[in-house]
Amino acid sequence: MSTPEPILRVENLVKHFEVGGGLFGGRPAVVKAVDGVSFEIGRGETLGLVGESGCGKTTTGRCILRLEPPTGGRVIFEGRDLSTLSDGEMRGMRRRMQVIFQDPYSSLNPRMTVGQIIAEPLAVHRIVPDRAARAARVQDLLRHAGLLPAMARRYPHELSGGQRQRVGIARALAMEPSLIICDEPVSALDVSIQAQIINLLEELQAEFGLTYLFVAHDLSVVRHISDRVAVMYLGKIVEITDRKSLYEDPLHPYTKALLSAVPIPDPVVEARREHVVLGGEVPSPLNPPLGCVFHPRCPIAVAECRTTVPELRQIRPGHRAACIRV
Amino acid sequence: MEVLLDVRGLRTHFHTSAGVIRAVDGVSWDVRKGETVALVGESGCGKSVTALSVMRLVSAPAGRIVAGEIVFKGRNLLALAEEEMRRVRGREIGMIFQEPMTSLNPVLTIGRQLTETVETHLGMTGAQSQARAVELLSLVGIPDGARRLRQFPHQFSGGMRQRIMIAMALACDPALILADEPTTALDVTIQAQILELMKSLSRRLGAAIMMITHNLGVVARYADRVNVMYAGKIVERATAREIYANPRHPYTLGLLRSVPRLDEPRRAKLQPISGQPPDLSRLPVGCSFAPRCAFAIDRCREDEPGLEPVATDHLSACWLASELHAPAPAPA
Repeated sequence: MSTPEPILRVENLVKHFEVGGGLFGGRPAVVKAVDGVSFEIGRGETLGLVGESGCGKTTTGRCILRLEPPTGGRVIFEGRDLSTLSDGEMRGMRRRMQVIFQDPYSSLNPRMTVGQIIAEPLAVHRIVPDRAARAARVQDLLRHAGLLPAMARRYPHELSGGQRQRVGIARALAMEPSLIICDEPVSALDVSIQAQIINLLEELQAEFGLTYLFVAHDLSVVRHISDRVAVMYLGKIVEITDRKSLYEDPLHPYTKALLSAVPIPDPVVEARREHVVLGGEVPSPLNPPLGCVFHPRCPIAVAECRTTVPELRQIRPGHRAACIRV
Repeated sequence: MEVLLDVRGLRTHFHTSAGVIRAVDGVSWDVRKGETVALVGESGCGKSVTALSVMRLVSAPAGRIVAGEIVFKGRNLLALAEEEMRRVRGREIGMIFQEPMTSLNPVLTIGRQLTETVETHLGMTGAQSQARAVELLSLVGIPDGARRLRQFPHQFSGGMRQRIMIAMALACDPALILADEPTTALDVTIQAQILELMKSLSRRLGAAIMMITHNLGVVARYADRVNVMYAGKIVERATAREIYANPRHPYTLGLLRSVPRLDEPRRAKLQPISGQPPDLSRLPVGCSFAPRCAFAIDRCREDEPGLEPVATDHLSACWLASELHAPAPAPA
């Protein structure tokens, strides 16, 4: 389901990191953190990006925001190729794309009050230059994030994890963005608080027409919030489709194994379920397997998988998977 | 079935500049031989302090066990001399923690750490302990043990390190394993491997498991019985099947309703528990959960409910426990 006018188009994004080498000579090794990732997000849509640690999902988000310079590929946001923008133009563009981090504590300045934290971007970007108007805007943003106005005078350490994440959300909203990259926004929170934050994100999306790239490892949460979902493994997208197809009819063996590994909070259901327990571990991205990167752990791999790199191809309309066996 | 560990009226308090924190405030639970018991709750509810109390590893002088008994195989651990307690730790009760990197010594080889355990507790020497270490690694699915024993913790992945922790916990054939969030730091496919491994090994070796976790899915898959903890107290206890099918405490009900489930139709909105977890140094009068409870009545804000039977093998600490019904089926 590609929308007529995507707000974000990522084309063949590549990010390599060099590690080792240096002081004692030796050639540095290359980690292919993101290795040719392409997708689109329609305006007002939520794309879930899931995968296990080290699969490149967070780096993908950081490259889109240009917090990391990509090694290759293009990121087209609101019709403009971000690699062609000057620093000044990019600063303006950044207002339109904001980020919410996993750990709201380390992303909030401990020496600033909540009010100052939210007011700062409003002043720096001259969104609300007038001081009195800015204070009113801060109150307004706090309210939108479900916090009491009195919170403006508190410091981050006085808040609970859920409240801090609400401050992070209020700060992102201050910039009036069209796209928010949510990088594991609820994984550090307790389950009873996770649901509060997810509901808040959904309400804000409806109210402000926001677009989300929702990066997470929790497949149940991703299913709840996403319209479409992309699954990453070792720097590549292995499957991408709409929510319903991914969860009801997954094609890629990795997606199937991931879904099977999520325990269901119901002992009766669990006792009945068949579990595909994947053997082995995610290989080192320093030395990824040849052929399909998933083949050493794949329950249906054949000889050809060891030599052929599967391309992400359309299997059904709007449903693409990178596997020669489907 | 025979009771292996019986914790009675345990209170562990911390004295801080902010006042007394009642991390564990009068909890009683037991583990029977060979079974898996879960202690479920969110951060700060006291579940980890409960585990540390059993091992007598609460950090003094701030933290202190102020009341209760911990009876393991008929002996009150709280009455043992430190020397005797050291023989219980690692020998009779094995431990697995959340982050294996911080529980393994980074400057000792895996071999040294495994052999130390069996040499200290079982009096094995040289070749004997080396052979036992290789055997333990193979038991937890790490092949090529002789070579791996010469390696250091940083040379292993997170999943492999957790396997090593399990090997160390099992080294002396303990009757009980305390596992504190054993898979929380791991990816979901590795989590499945580790939990399956723990389950099959504990069955094979007949060890009971006390599993401390916040993950309701993990509990549903592996636990026989469940204790739900909130603000330093156990608020509900039942068999796993009973507690999921028929929760009788609003907190348990709230937890179950707030997580999205892959096997159910997607709901339009999640049902969170409102409010924030309480400050343990300033607990409200009456039921600690009352300020967040959708069912609370005046009595809840005045009297604290005790943990009372509501059905066979099912206890709940709620004045309204008998009126709480099973959760309505999710809308289609």
